[in-house]
Amino acid sequence: MGSVSTLLSWGAEGWLDDIAFGVLVTVGLAVATLPVGLVAGFFVALAKQSDEPSMRLAGNVYTTIFRGLPELLTLFLVYFGVQIALQNTIRLFHPDATIAVNSFVSGIVALGAVFSSYASEVFLSAFRAVPRGQYEGGLSIGLSNAQTMRLVVLPQLIRIALPGLGNQWMVLLKDTALVSAIGLGDLLRQSYIAARVTQEAFLFYGLAILIYLGLAIVSSFFIRTVERSVGPSTR
Amino acid sequence: MSLAAETSTLAPPAPARGWPRKRVAGHVLVGLWLLAGIGLLAFLVNSWDGELFRQYAPAYLYGLGTTMTLVAISIAIGALLSLPIAYGRMSKNRILSAFAYAYVQFFRGTPLLAQTFLIYYGLGTFRPELQAIGLWGFFREAWYCAILAFSLNTAAYQAEILRGAIESVPRGQWEGAASLGLHDLQILRQVILPQALVVALRPYGNEIILMIKGSAIVAIITVPDLMGQTRLAYARTFDFQTYIWAALLYLSTVELLRHGVDWIERRITRHLER
Repeated sequence: MGSVSTLLSWGAEGWLDDIAFGVLVTVGLAVATLPVGLVAGFFVALAKQSDEPSMRLAGNVYTTIFRGLPELLTLFLVYFGVQIALQNTIRLFHPDATIAVNSFVSGIVALGAVFSSYASEVFLSAFRAVPRGQYEGGLSIGLSNAQTMRLVVLPQLIRIALPGLGNQWMVLLKDTALVSAIGLGDLLRQSYIAARVTQEAFLFYGLAILIYLGLAIVSSFFIRTVERSVGPSTR
Repeated sequence: MSLAAETSTLAPPAPARGWPRKRVAGHVLVGLWLLAGIGLLAFLVNSWDGELFRQYAPAYLYGLGTTMTLVAISIAIGALLSLPIAYGRMSKNRILSAFAYAYVQFFRGTPLLAQTFLIYYGLGTFRPELQAIGLWGFFREAWYCAILAFSLNTAAYQAEILRGAIESVPRGQWEGAASLGLHDLQILRQVILPQALVVALRPYGNEIILMIKGSAIVAIITVPDLMGQTRLAYARTFDFQTYIWAALLYLSTVELLRHGVDWIERRITRHLER
């Protein structure tokens, strides 16, 4: 096997292009999951802070399920479960059709469910930190409920929730490694392949870990910049 | 006419509880969950297979035992390792605190799966060297590698929990105890830790839960934990209920633990309630 510099070169000889593609998949998956998880998490939090008991119950069931299941199991449940469900539905119409679920989409759904259940807790505590008077003030100057939420509460909410959401982003970034188990060619999977072929396991897993660490450092820098741009989040 | 009667007539009537939109929506959502639950139950009843159950139920329980053993050992070793790291994090010594900071950042900033791979597959690169010093027997076994990876990982998290809890105790407690003539170790053991551990209880509980959930990944490196047994059962039968059973087992374990921690916390903070 060639030297380290050959192994880590770009092109057919080396593995750097494959690893770079893996990084792209990892980052792409995390970035694609983020909006899904944020929106879902916000609505779950909205349900959990409702004064309507049935709403709260529905939100709490969601959180309990997706916070209690191992992330890997959630991924398998989505990947195999959705596949089987779709297959059975389609077989009703086309008896010999086969269907394969995209592992990238499965990853978004599963990681989005996990992310949103944790994010909903962050949003919920942020909701509780916004004083009631803010809602009343918004209503009293003639804004509708939706306007009060969008123009008065949400800007304060995001500022309070940002540190917690930043933590969840870090968790999400690390959880993307799990999709390598359902065959998606993310950073860890590409490293696994490279390690298998070249027998240089330590080199490639070490490189993968350093890249993950780099992504985490870049993210924390980015999060700090965003936090600074929305103002101090003291209380 | 007494004053009491007058105020009672002035009190606003209870708002009528009709069926506003959000109440309807809430009931619909709860109904959907119920439907999903009933559907799941129907699926399990419908696909019930006594033979399958007899064959795999012992394997699942054994797998759950493996999961719990792995988590218990890792948490215990991690707790021991976390002491020097937490000390380093709080130390005024630059080198010590930089080292502890790097350790914590490294293990908290990278995926546990990648760490496990690095130890299990990665250290295989150094097989001749490890054989020479007689450690290959340890690193050849997926089980030991998993324990090592999990212990190192949870040590980083536990160190941060411990540090946060100790730093949450006000400085005055240290000063007060010192002015009573206690030395540092006595202060830590008799004054600071009893207060810090109340704060740390919930994060520790969460860490155990995270470990139980995270331990599912050892199935990928062939450790027969609950997830490993499930994957084996699914690979042999292609029966989706194998995954449902695992989900129910994991969910009930985690919920049991969560309520246990809640109960302990309520008991040990009774004196703080007003």
